[in-house]
Amino acid sequence: MCSLALFPAPLACGQTTLCESNNELLSGTATDHRLKQSTHINYSVVLYFPRESLKLHCRTESSSKAAFLDHSETLWMRSAAAWRDGGLTGLLNEITNSNTEVPKWLSVSSGFTLALLRWFSSFHGSLFPHLTMSSENMLAEFSQVLNWSDCVVRAFAWHPHADKFAVALLDDSIKIYNPKSATTPTLKHRLQRSVAAVQWKPMCASALAVACQNCLLVWHVDPCSLSTRPSSGCAQVLSNPGHSPVTSIAWSPSGSLLVSASPMDTAMMVWDVASESCVPLQRVGGGGVTFLSWSPDSSHVLASTPSALFRVWETRTWTCERWPCVKGRCQSGCWSPDGSRLLFTVQGEMVIYVLTFGDTPGPQAAAVVADLSETTFNTADGDIIVGGEIHSLSWDPTGERLAVLLEGDPQAADRPAIIAVFKTRTNPIFELLPCGFVQGEPGAEPRMMQFHPNFQHGALLTVCWSSGRITHVPFYFLGAGVPHFGLSGSPSLPRPQERPADFANQSLFTELISLLLFFFTAFFFYITNNATLPPTVRSRSLKLLSNSKPTDF
Amino acid sequence: MYIIITYCLFQVVCWRAVASIAWAVLLLLPITAVFVILSRFSLLHPIQTFSGQSLCSFAIFSLILMCGVIIMVGFLNLEYYTVIPTIACSKIALLGQLLHPRQFVNSLAHCIMGIIVAWCCAVTLGGRYETIGYPCTQGDGTDSSPQMCLNEYHLILLLAGAFVGFSHSLLAVISNINYVSFHTVQQYKYLRFKGSLPFVVKCSAAQALYSVRNYIVVYFFLGYIPKAWICKTLNLHLNSSVHPLDSIAGLLDLSLLYHQWISASFLLFTWNITLLLFRIFVTEFLALQDVALLSQHSPSRRCEVFSLSQPGGHPHNWNAISKECLSLLADLTQRLVAYHDTVATNGRAKSLSTGKDLMSPRPTLLLRTPASVFARFVVGTPHSPLTAPFTPDLDSPFASPALRRLTAPLDQCSPWFGTVQSPHIMRRAPKLWSTSTGERRLMEDVRSLGSNGHLKQNNFILNCPIQVKHFLAKRVLIMYLFNKLPEASSQALFADSQAHIWALEGLSYLVQASFSEDQFGVIQTTLPSILGCMLILQEAVDRHFKLPHASSKPVRSASGMGDSTYKTLRFALRATLKTAIYRITTTFGNHLNAVQMSAEHRKRLQQFLEYKE
Repeated sequence: MCSLALFPAPLACGQTTLCESNNELLSGTATDHRLKQSTHINYSVVLYFPRESLKLHCRTESSSKAAFLDHSETLWMRSAAAWRDGGLTGLLNEITNSNTEVPKWLSVSSGFTLALLRWFSSFHGSLFPHLTMSSENMLAEFSQVLNWSDCVVRAFAWHPHADKFAVALLDDSIKIYNPKSATTPTLKHRLQRSVAAVQWKPMCASALAVACQNCLLVWHVDPCSLSTRPSSGCAQVLSNPGHSPVTSIAWSPSGSLLVSASPMDTAMMVWDVASESCVPLQRVGGGGVTFLSWSPDSSHVLASTPSALFRVWETRTWTCERWPCVKGRCQSGCWSPDGSRLLFTVQGEMVIYVLTFGDTPGPQAAAVVADLSETTFNTADGDIIVGGEIHSLSWDPTGERLAVLLEGDPQAADRPAIIAVFKTRTNPIFELLPCGFVQGEPGAEPRMMQFHPNFQHGALLTVCWSSGRITHVPFYFLGAGVPHFGLSGSPSLPRPQERPADFANQSLFTELISLLLFFFTAFFFYITNNATLPPTVRSRSLKLLSNSKPTDF
Repeated sequence: MYIIITYCLFQVVCWRAVASIAWAVLLLLPITAVFVILSRFSLLHPIQTFSGQSLCSFAIFSLILMCGVIIMVGFLNLEYYTVIPTIACSKIALLGQLLHPRQFVNSLAHCIMGIIVAWCCAVTLGGRYETIGYPCTQGDGTDSSPQMCLNEYHLILLLAGAFVGFSHSLLAVISNINYVSFHTVQQYKYLRFKGSLPFVVKCSAAQALYSVRNYIVVYFFLGYIPKAWICKTLNLHLNSSVHPLDSIAGLLDLSLLYHQWISASFLLFTWNITLLLFRIFVTEFLALQDVALLSQHSPSRRCEVFSLSQPGGHPHNWNAISKECLSLLADLTQRLVAYHDTVATNGRAKSLSTGKDLMSPRPTLLLRTPASVFARFVVGTPHSPLTAPFTPDLDSPFASPALRRLTAPLDQCSPWFGTVQSPHIMRRAPKLWSTSTGERRLMEDVRSLGSNGHLKQNNFILNCPIQVKHFLAKRVLIMYLFNKLPEASSQALFADSQAHIWALEGLSYLVQASFSEDQFGVIQTTLPSILGCMLILQEAVDRHFKLPHASSKPVRSASGMGDSTYKTLRFALRATLKTAIYRITTTFGNHLNAVQMSAEHRKRLQQFLEYKE
C-alpha cells in the first residue's frame, strides 16, 4: 500500500510543477513556467480568468421583487400565483398570511396543515440532512470542484475526441476554446445558472451537456460556425419536476444516453437526449444521488448518494449493487480505462479504495490501495502538512497516472490543498506508486483537475487554480500496455496511436520529447497503423499487442 | 415458410399478451380491495371504513365480471396495438379515424365494458347505488299501490361508466394510445412495472377527474333522455318525491361526485394497468433490437458474426446482417428523397398530404416500406445461417418480435405511399383532394348538368376543380378541417424509424468492434457500402431538416397514457445517424482514407474525421 511518506517533498515557495519527464517531475519558477509554456506550447493553453473581469450577478430572483411597487391583487390571484410559484406550501402560506381576507377557519386550518407539513419535512430532513440545505449550498457540498461557490472556474471539460474544451465561469457563462479556430463561443442561457458540471457528448462534435440549478441544458455548438454568441435556441432544455439542482451528469461512452443526478431526487434520470425523454431509475435508499461516473467500457455506472451508501449500476438491464460504506458518503470515484476497476474515496476517511469487477459476479469487499493520512514534509520554507480527506480522483485515459485532489485545510497556512499524482501498475498486482505533487504559483490552490482524453505522449493534466488560471501539466512517459481498452465490447476511445497524421501535424510538446522516445513511438505507430498491410496481418499484429481477453456477457 | 414464421411470431406475441393479461387479472384483486377501502372511506368515522359489510354473492359475481372485462381489454390491446403509429395529417383525417367502423366497434366495446365495470362498482359500493329499481309508493296517498321506481343513483353511475369508457376510446385514438414504443434502456419487467406504477395512478386519477367533469355537464343537459328511455323500457316510474339528479342541486352532492370519480379512476386504472403490462411484456426483445444490443454487449456473439462459413469460407452471417440493415437504410433514404422531390416541385408539401387526406380510412392497404422493414428481416432469417447465433430459444431475441403489425394500417398521409413510383401523377393532380376517383366523379356530375355543353361550358368543366378548390379554400371550416397539421407529415415520414435506429446502432457497433475482433477482414469488404449508405442518408436527413416544420420540436405532453415517442423519432434518428458515423470514423481514423469511395463522400467523411459536423 502506498502512502504519502514515500512521496518526494513538495516544492519550495515560488516553484511550480512543469512536467514529468524521465520519471521525475520537473519544476521551475513562476516566470520560468509562463515563459516555457508560451514558447513550447502552440496554443494559448494558459488561460487566466481574473475575478475582476467577470460581471457577477448581484441580485437573485427573489430580491428583484423589492424593486417593484407593491400591487394589491385579489386573494384569488395571489393564491393562484402562490400555487404556481411555491406549490402547496406556497398556497397554504399565502392563505395563512392573509388572514384578514379569508374566513377564520380557513386560515387556521391552513396554518395547522402548514405546521404539520413542516413537522413532517423536518422529520424527513432529520433522516436526510442534506434536504434542508439551499440548492446553492447543496451544489457546493456535492460538487467535484473544491470550494465550488467561491471558484472562478466552476466546471471544465475536454472534448473526448477533438482538441477543444469548455469552461464554465462564475458569471454563469460557458466559453469554448479551440486552438484551431479564432472564435471562442460564449454560451449564455436564461436557465444556465450555477453550473455544477459540463460534459461533451462522445461520438459527436457539437453537443455539450450542462448541469444547471434547475435543469439540464444540452448545447449544440456548430464547430464550423463563426458566431461568438450562439443563440439560446441552440440549447435543448431537459427538465423533470423534482429533479433539481443537478449536481452531476455523465454521458455513456457510446454517446447514446445521458444520466443525470440530483441530491433532491431519489431517482437518477436516463435521458434520450434527441427525443428529450427520460427514464427514472428510482431507488429510495440514500435520499438522492450526488455523483455519477460512467465506466469507459460503458458497462457500469457509479452513483453515490448523500448517505453512507453508493450504488454500482450495470447498464444492460439497469440493475444495481448496493455498497454501504462505514463512515461517510462516497465523495468521488473513477474507473480504470478498461472498466474493470473502480477507485473511490469516502468522506471522513483518508484512503483510496479499489473495487474490481471481472468475470466473477462482482467483488465482495473493497480493498484499500493507498493511505493519504497527513504527513509532514520539511521544506526550505518550513514544515508543510500534506494529506487528509480526498476531494476528487482522476485517472488518465491510458491508465498510467492517477491524480488525487487533497482538500487540505483552508484555515491553516501550512496545510494547503494539493494534487498528489500516483503511477498505477496493474501487473503483477494492482498497486499505486508515488509520482509527486503538482503545485501552482504561490497562493494558488488547485480547485479541479481533468486529464486530456487523448494526449499522444503520455498524460496531460489540466488544473484549474483558485486564482482563475488554467494550466496544463504534461506527463511524458511511454505506456506499457498500450491497447488497454476496446476489446471487451467497449466503444473504445480514439487511441493516439490510430492517428499518425495528427501526430505528424502535432507540434505540441514535441520539443520536450527526447529523440529516442520519438523514434521509438514513431516505429510503434508504423507497426500498428500501416494501412497498406493486408488486413489479416494488421489485425494479427493488433492481436499480438493486446493481451487482454474479450469477456463474454 | 413465411406463413410459418409469421405464425410463430404471432404465437410469441400472443403468449406474451396472455401472460400480461394473467398478471392484470391477478392484480385485479388488490386493486379492488383498495377501491373498496377508498370508496367506503368516511372522513368522520375512519374506523368504520374497515369494519364494512361482508362480501355478498353479488360482489363475487362482480369480481368475475371484472375479470372478464380485463380479459376483453387485453384482447383489444392485442388486436389494436401497432409499432408504427397512425399519424393524421389534418383534422379531417383525424375525424376519419374517429368515425372509422373499426374504431366504432372499439368505442362500442369500451362503452359496454364501461357499463359493466360501473355496475360492478355500484354493487360493490352498495347502499343507495345497489339496484336500478326500488319499491316506492307513488302519489298522494289515495292510491298508494306499491310499484317500482327508478334509482337514479344507479343509473348515473352506469352512464358515467359508459361515458368514461367512450371518452377513453376516443382519447386513445387522438393520443395514439395503441402505439407501442420501445424503452430507452432495457430493464427487468418488474422494475419497469414498479417504475411506471405511480405515473399510471396519477394519470388515471387525472383522466377520471376530467371525464367526470365533462360527464356531469353532459348529464345536466341531456340526462333526461336516457332516464326517460330506461323508465320506458324497464317499466319503471320516476319518484316525484325524490329530487331529480340532473339539476344543479342534485349534481352537487359531494359524496356522489366522489363515488363517481373513484369509480372512474378504478375503471381507468384497471384498463391502464392492463395496457401497461401489455406494453412491458410485448416490447421485451425484438430481432433488430437484439442485433443492436448484441453488437454492443456480447463479444462471443459478435465473434459468430465475423466468422466464415465452413466449408467455403463465406461470411454468410455478416452478409445477411449487413444486407438487411443497408436495405432498410436505403429504403429510408429513398423515401426521404422522394418526399423532398415532391416538396421541391410543388413548392410545398401541403398539396400532397392534403391530397391523401380525404381517403383517410383505408387500413386494409399495406404500408409498403415499414412492413417490409420487419417482414424481410424476419423472413431472411431461415434462409441464411443467420439463425444460428441468435436463436437460443423461441421465447427470446430473435423469434420474438411484435411484428404482427406487418400489416400495419397505412399512415393516412404517408407521403411516400404511391409517390415513390409515380411522383408525376401526384404532381399533375394535387390540390385539395386528388384521388382520381373523387375528381372524376365531380367532373361527371358537372358534365351531366350541362349535357349539351359548348366550348365555354367545357372550359368551365375543365377549370371546375380548381374553382371549387378556391371556393372551398375561402370557407373557414373547410380550411380548418383540411389544413395540414404542422410537422405531421414529417412525423409520418419517420413513423417507423425505430427499426432504422436499431439498424444504424447495430451496424456501427459491429463495425467498431470489427477493428479489433474481425480476424478475417470480413467487414472491410462492405465498409465502403456501409459508409456510402450512411453518408447518403445523412445528406437526405440534413436536407429534410431544412424543410419548414421539420426541425420544430413538438410540445412535450407528459399527461395521459398515450406514448408520444413517435413525435421525436426523427430527432432520435438524426442523432443516432451522426453518432453512428462518428463511431466508425473515431475507431478507424485515417485508415478510412484507404477505403474506396467517391470524392464527394470523401469530402463529407473528412468533415467527420476533423470533428466538424
